[in-house]
Amino acid sequence: MKPDAKTRIIGLPRRRVDGRAKVTGQTIFADDLVLPRMLHARLLRSTVPHARIRAIDTARAEAHLGVHLVLTGRDFPITYGILPVSQDEHALCPDTVRFVGDPVALVVANDELTAGEALDLIAVEYEPLRTFAGPEESLAHPEPRIHDYADEGNIHKKVSLSFGDVRAGLAEADHVFDDLFFYQGNTHLPLEQHAAVAAIDGDGKLVLWSSTQTPHYVHRALAKALAIPAAHIRVIATPNGGGFGGKSDPFNHEVAIAKAALMLKRPIKITLNREEVFLCHRGRHPVLMRFRTGVKRDGTLTGVHLQTLLDGGAYGSYGVASTFYTGALQTVTYHIPRYQFDGCRVFTNKPPCGPKRGHGTPQSRFGQEVQLDKIAERLRIDPAELRLRIVEQPDTLTANYLRVSTIGLAECIRRVVNASEWKTRYRKLGPGRGLGLACSSYLSGAGLPIYWNDMPHSAVQLKLDRSGGVTAFCGATEIGQGSDDVLVGCVAEILGIEPFDIRAVTGDTDLTPVDLGSYSSRVTLMMGNAAIQAAERARDVLADAVSAKLGVPKGRLVFAERRVFDAEDPSRGMSFSDAVCTAEAMFGTVGSTGSYTPPKSAAKYKGGGVGPSPTYSYSAAVIEVEVDGSTGWVDVPRVWIAHDIGRALNPTLVRGQVEGSVYMGLGEALMEEQIFRRLPQRLSRALVHKFPSMLEYKSPTFLDMPEIFTELVETPDPHGPFGAKEVGQGPLLPIMPALANAVYDAIGVRIDEVPITPEKIVKALAEKAAGRAPRYGPTRFPDVNWPETLQVPPPWEGGTGKATNEPERRTKALEGGPLRPAEEAKK
Amino acid sequence: MERHPSTGLAVIGLRINAESRQVAFDPYKTLLEVLREDLNLPGTKHGCELGECGACAVLVDGTPTLSCLLLALECDGRNVVTVEGLLEDGRLHPLQEAFADLGGAQCGYCTPGLLVTAKALLERNPSPSGDQIREALAGNICRCTGYQQIVEAVQAAAAVMTPRDKPVQPVKP
Repeated sequence: MKPDAKTRIIGLPRRRVDGRAKVTGQTIFADDLVLPRMLHARLLRSTVPHARIRAIDTARAEAHLGVHLVLTGRDFPITYGILPVSQDEHALCPDTVRFVGDPVALVVANDELTAGEALDLIAVEYEPLRTFAGPEESLAHPEPRIHDYADEGNIHKKVSLSFGDVRAGLAEADHVFDDLFFYQGNTHLPLEQHAAVAAIDGDGKLVLWSSTQTPHYVHRALAKALAIPAAHIRVIATPNGGGFGGKSDPFNHEVAIAKAALMLKRPIKITLNREEVFLCHRGRHPVLMRFRTGVKRDGTLTGVHLQTLLDGGAYGSYGVASTFYTGALQTVTYHIPRYQFDGCRVFTNKPPCGPKRGHGTPQSRFGQEVQLDKIAERLRIDPAELRLRIVEQPDTLTANYLRVSTIGLAECIRRVVNASEWKTRYRKLGPGRGLGLACSSYLSGAGLPIYWNDMPHSAVQLKLDRSGGVTAFCGATEIGQGSDDVLVGCVAEILGIEPFDIRAVTGDTDLTPVDLGSYSSRVTLMMGNAAIQAAERARDVLADAVSAKLGVPKGRLVFAERRVFDAEDPSRGMSFSDAVCTAEAMFGTVGSTGSYTPPKSAAKYKGGGVGPSPTYSYSAAVIEVEVDGSTGWVDVPRVWIAHDIGRALNPTLVRGQVEGSVYMGLGEALMEEQIFRRLPQRLSRALVHKFPSMLEYKSPTFLDMPEIFTELVETPDPHGPFGAKEVGQGPLLPIMPALANAVYDAIGVRIDEVPITPEKIVKALAEKAAGRAPRYGPTRFPDVNWPETLQVPPPWEGGTGKATNEPERRTKALEGGPLRPAEEAKK
Repeated sequence: MERHPSTGLAVIGLRINAESRQVAFDPYKTLLEVLREDLNLPGTKHGCELGECGACAVLVDGTPTLSCLLLALECDGRNVVTVEGLLEDGRLHPLQEAFADLGGAQCGYCTPGLLVTAKALLERNPSPSGDQIREALAGNICRCTGYQQIVEAVQAAAAVMTPRDKPVQPVKP
């Protein structure tokens, strides 16, 4: 179906298909599951940040009344991890703990209370090791190594990529801007705490229900870590009570209770408490950035050299991808003729960082957009006008070989400029009040899977029933974003039936074909395309049957209003269910499949696996602030945001994603931080989470939220289902820099750091009053021994997408060369 | 409160979603735990068990109450309404209709707590302003929506429940 085709369901605001269940309390989340003979589990977590485990004594716990099983690291010899290059996790630590919260034992008991009592009876003897609190310490001390597989010492990953001669680019600029920025880590804070239930079904096979965004990857991790065939494991993703990236890794609690269920042959449930959710983390990396940007007098960019330093925490998680993402998307937003990116991720003794909404891109987006605001001021060009001059063009291959399809960014900028009356209000609101603008882009799905393979990224199967009902099967996972609604909406549109006629069966590795998971904003585009293909194939079969039966040429048949009929004589036709019966009588049982594989990437260099996407979404935001100069308090009365959605499949849900992104962005911009403190020496100098509770980890409430004016820019994209792009992550990205730029407009100080707290504003104002630089932010980028830079000439310099100095590569996959499943199995 | 003669469990009688029930439970349990584990009403959720997030809100004698902070023992003889009790004559409550239609629920995890809190608001103030809605719901955290569609859903439900031709009761401060 063409992207701009007329539709009956797609594009109209509509109650989501799972809406009724959610308002009646009927949605079954993982912790709502209760099975006969079910036991409960809890994890004992390390109280020290870095240590060898000398001994664990579980005898007293095992003898405790009501305890069925105690497991330790000895029971889990095989590692797992989300990325093939970072298989560094054990379900329970066998010999080393790496952060306060690393699990060392699992207790299974009759109930949670008993399991908790038994945790207190386990004695662990630790031999403390030097701890690493931040990147400077990890760079300075290679020993002891947190992980032996790191690139060097405690440096997990170092990369350097150059697309054209950036030095020449900076040399031909009229001005070179050199700025440092820091983005503090923060966490997802989903309202639902992670929970899982493991059981052995009647056949003797393992079943795991879990609040996971990625059942397929959990399936693979369980098969590996437990050394049992994947075909004998069923993973069911229960609807997630919020994910935001925080439920995208296979987790130790999932692996641990699966093992326990295999041993006890009884169902076992585990539900993390709120503090444990903070310790699971996998959230936003703290990132220090240096942006060197050359510009001509008219604002044209001549070159950008970006360096990022990521504090990864104690494990790999998605970190290698996160590192590349800090440097991937700058070129997709603005035209950068020469670009160099150097990235470095270090291990520290804190909960592991990973993917949070925007994955690796919000940090450098913040730096780039705040720096553009500084550039605009120096060049005396309006910040909106500056961006309109440098917006990347549609149908472009960028310097780093990302293929841009449609771009609605210029229109997004114009929309927020008009709606906010930017031209008459920017720089004119008077003291303490200001406006700030920023833009962004984001992937509509990662172009490459996490493990290398040539199979589709998403697949849909349809079962057509004589009743006129249709069942749509897909591995996609409903995390609140509305993926079930996208699936049903696409199928209903093409088959001409109502969403209520369709049952969605999703996120179940036994029943549904693989979809890689709800991450990287991939589901709408990839599952949507697979659903359209499956529905079109089913429609084709029905059309053959109806055409033969009624003698109407196939091309004239219309599927609408639960009927199949002749476009020229609508009275000639039959009901949809009769059409299914006719087809079933003629051809046998009616079903169909559809699948989607993203286009091949043009990036052939090592590291080029991170960044490609079938298409990119764009956003622009203007934020209004009122800043109290005496307290540093920031009020946000209004936010205007425009998002290039390609096409809104269900505008109600799209708006919800945009506004939810604005909300989460404001939380990051103003208050949210995942930070740690050292306990005093007498208390072990442990690195502990500063405030692992929802009360003290501040997040915006109803009272903190501004009025949000959302505009959807629809430029249907040829790659998207009905022209749709992503919306779950992109609109978060411009919020943090727009807020920083608004604060500058209001009070004339630069906060080059996130979150922008009252304390930092007051400090910057004091600097300003003392006649020093009116700024709060980092002042130093530590020395990093960068690796040899891969030279990749950009397309306009005759490049082919390959590096000119790259050693032979083993595979063409994600950086580091994840293995094909077959090779991996051989290992 | 009574003790069950053989199990030693605490026994209370309460009115729950318009039904009179007796329930036996371990006496240390919170109302949240008794609802979810002993009364088979898992619609009420937990997000922190510390009274910080609002996910576990239920109505106790009409007042929004954090069920994770209330011992079930204290509910003897009281009237409790959870999300499962919002349906009226098998039909969705106007708040439920509006939340479902207008994007008031995304992941749905905070929704039960928000619905009962909003219900209590509309019972004492049938046509609240946006600010009054935000004030009333400020103790319920939602990480998905950005709150705006929730406010609109409450306003839409209020409009349905209080037709314009019906005189509106003056609002008490």
